[in-house]
Amino acid sequence: MNENAHQLWLIPALPLAGALINGVVGQMRDRAAHAAAHGHGHGHGHSHSHSHSQGHDHGGHDSHAKPDPLVSMVSIGSVLLAFLWVSKTLIALGDLNTAYVERYFTWIASGSLNVGFDLAIDRLSAVMLLVVTGIGTLIHIYATGYMSHEKGYYRFFCYLNLFMFFMLILVLGANYLLLFIGWEGVGLCSYLLIGFYFLKKSAGDAGKKAFIVNRVGDFGFALAMLLIFIHFGSLDFGAVLPKASGVDTGILTAIGLLLLVGACGKSAQVPLYVWLPDAMEGPTPVSALIHAATMVTAGVYMVARSFPIYEGAPMAREAVALIGLATAVMAATIGLAQNDIKKVFAYSTVSQLGFMFLGLGVGAYGAGIYHVVTHAFFKALLFLGAGSVIHALGGEQDIRNMGGLRTKIPWTFATLFIAAFAIAGFPGLSGYYSKHEILLAAHHHAHWMYWVGTITAGITSFYVFRCIFLTFFGEYRGKAHPHESPAVMLIPLILLAGLSIAGGFLGIPHWLEPFFPKMAEGHDAMAGNITTLVGLGGIVLAYLFYVVSPGIPEGIANSLRGLYNLIDNKYYVDEAYDSAIVHPLEHGSRIVLWRGVDAGFIDGIVNGMGGVSRSIGGALRTLQSGNIRSYANWVVLGAVIFLVMLGAAGGAR
Amino acid sequence: MDSLFFLAFAAIAVACGINLVIQTHPITSALSLIGVMGSLAVLYLLLGAEFIAMVQLVVYAGAIMVLFVFVIMLLNAGAEKRVARPWKPYLVGAPLLVIFVGVASCILHDMLGDSDPVIFGSFTQGGAREIGRSLFTEYLLPFEVTSVLILIAILGAMVLARKEF
Amino acid sequence: MPPLPIPEHPPVAWYLILSAILFGLGVAGFLFRRNIITVFMSIELMLNAVNLSFIAFSYQLKQVSGHIFTFFVMVVAAAEAAVGLAIILTIYKNKSTLEVDEINSLNN
Repeated sequence: MNENAHQLWLIPALPLAGALINGVVGQMRDRAAHAAAHGHGHGHGHSHSHSHSQGHDHGGHDSHAKPDPLVSMVSIGSVLLAFLWVSKTLIALGDLNTAYVERYFTWIASGSLNVGFDLAIDRLSAVMLLVVTGIGTLIHIYATGYMSHEKGYYRFFCYLNLFMFFMLILVLGANYLLLFIGWEGVGLCSYLLIGFYFLKKSAGDAGKKAFIVNRVGDFGFALAMLLIFIHFGSLDFGAVLPKASGVDTGILTAIGLLLLVGACGKSAQVPLYVWLPDAMEGPTPVSALIHAATMVTAGVYMVARSFPIYEGAPMAREAVALIGLATAVMAATIGLAQNDIKKVFAYSTVSQLGFMFLGLGVGAYGAGIYHVVTHAFFKALLFLGAGSVIHALGGEQDIRNMGGLRTKIPWTFATLFIAAFAIAGFPGLSGYYSKHEILLAAHHHAHWMYWVGTITAGITSFYVFRCIFLTFFGEYRGKAHPHESPAVMLIPLILLAGLSIAGGFLGIPHWLEPFFPKMAEGHDAMAGNITTLVGLGGIVLAYLFYVVSPGIPEGIANSLRGLYNLIDNKYYVDEAYDSAIVHPLEHGSRIVLWRGVDAGFIDGIVNGMGGVSRSIGGALRTLQSGNIRSYANWVVLGAVIFLVMLGAAGGAR
Repeated sequence: MDSLFFLAFAAIAVACGINLVIQTHPITSALSLIGVMGSLAVLYLLLGAEFIAMVQLVVYAGAIMVLFVFVIMLLNAGAEKRVARPWKPYLVGAPLLVIFVGVASCILHDMLGDSDPVIFGSFTQGGAREIGRSLFTEYLLPFEVTSVLILIAILGAMVLARKEF
Repeated sequence: MPPLPIPEHPPVAWYLILSAILFGLGVAGFLFRRNIITVFMSIELMLNAVNLSFIAFSYQLKQVSGHIFTFFVMVVAAAEAAVGLAIILTIYKNKSTLEVDEINSLNN
């Protein structure tokens, strides 16, 4: 039987090929088109002035830029083919009760470290693969419409395809190191795409912030890998995870906590969540794909993947739950006071990721992954819908300048409305099921976690609907003339809306059930009903506040000024980081490192070295006479010395 | 018989080599070098290296030395100028050379004992067929790389010989 | 015919000695000649001496790889001659001299 019968390598290779074609051919075609459009003489200056005009999210308009059909075709095609290949493979592989591994070649062999380039599919990665390639395809299609007026069209899709490649490597990798490669790769693509409008300073800064904050997490991940290698002698999931139960709890706790640090960075958990809201500087499809549906769930995936380690380390698991809960509460409350439509959804993403971690931490791994999937549906839909709104309003992102759009862009409204109901946990929609599973598991684990989570869920539905009501209801407060988005953007919205509705009936928990350890069943019908009611209560409250009598919120904000300011300023976390880390670092750098170490010590050494080498050089300089014969003499001298040494060492034998 | 051939052509080679070094006019040196190369080709033949002997004649003595003679003629290079202290270079060089040759011959002397006698015709792997076979199988990559090397050399020579310099 | 005072077949070592002598001559020309073209030709002489020893070793070891090596040395020598002579031409154009002692642009 053929060992690598299913050619798993094709799945990541397809987007990689797409990225290469877009990066090379797309760029050449772009230049050719540009040269043709501008003529020879002033082509350069012209393109320069255009690139300076990049303003808001939608600011990179270039009236001459036409989307390259080849780029669109290649990017969508490669991801779609990957999706089809995943589906075909999964159908062929059947029930996947044991992981299916394909080994290609030994990647690193150094001492006892032996890492292969192995790809694997099991029930967990099958779910992730379908989500990544499926949602990825929809968002690629959407992006061809959304980005059609932007400069650097080919560049965008090159990065996006590259991201798909790394994300698929992350999911398919059969060892921690390959996972780490994908992990770093998606981080790189995230950086590149956040800073896509790199001429805008805030975009570049946001990219750098994401990159640097993620480095903190990656440091933890790398340390965790070292610990795993030291104690297990391997990095293969197949070799490490089954052995985890026999290892000392202290070591498992250390590994678990370090992995958690890594996951906190990638999945934007407290205290490393600060980069995700800023990441909204990137184009909206990027926010949907990378910063909502796929990359940020990599941390959840990694923790779920390592569940045997957490099973053996209750303390680390508790830490996962606590961090998840804290993140959920914090982000949800911040979301209450945001006015940028993308920021609202960004904080809601952070908050939902917190829910997923809560699920993992209370032992409901299946529920956590389930929420990853449903969240990918409705959050991608929320972002794409937000993108459609922004597109309709020509770049406006402030919900205070919207309103009444219900009738003007009905399709966007309908789909966004469904997504909002899904995230609020309206019975029957996808978010309802996954969130309930998490909260019920939390109820089983600790009652107070359940209550905090439920209230947070209520806040979630309140602020999401606040955003929806402010956008679509009431009077239109903006100036731009809204227009409905093209079909290429609406079709993904409709498909995602369908998935947001039907996500609860796809049988994902059932599929994942054999993979993860069994939870002690303890369904509390009362708790379930309370959660539902709180979610609906949030919607009703939002309706009262923002549609029926819009004066109330301001009154509340005024009477609770201090609290409101605290939330409005995002708990001053960025400021705290600034004064606790960034400023001391800057001052320390300036005074200690620059004045003291750099100017005094290092410069002293350097100057001293310079002086010494100058005097040595002065002596050596006589050697460099520029006279060819003297060089010849030196060469022969060298040969003589070599020969003498050879002779002294016993001849040529 | 073989020894006589060897000694005769070795003598020609050494004589031409000495002539190359002591002559001050470059054209004489160049002609001596051609003599060295020609006699070396005969010696290669004695060692069974038919292909290399031909290449030696065609490429080295033919092409490369023509290039040298051409440049000498083009630059109209004359005999070296008389200088004030002509012995000066020998001051350092001569002792170095003596030590170099001395040590090298010591090492060679050590190895002399057990070398095979060279019988003309006993080594048959030096023909074009055998060379070609290993050149295009075992050494294909280096062979292809040399084509790049020569291309670079051609470009380099063209760039260097342009008028602007 | 009286027997010669030398062996009928020259041992490989003789070729090596010849190679060493030619190499020494090359070094001498390299060190003592003042005309840059002659210096360059001395380098060619050294390359030839090395080639001879390659062929001799090849005979001793009954392997063809020495021939291949010689072939590559010749290729490199051809490339080197082309570039080197071009450099000499350029130097002559700029300095109007071929004396190595007068060419010292690398000084300091």
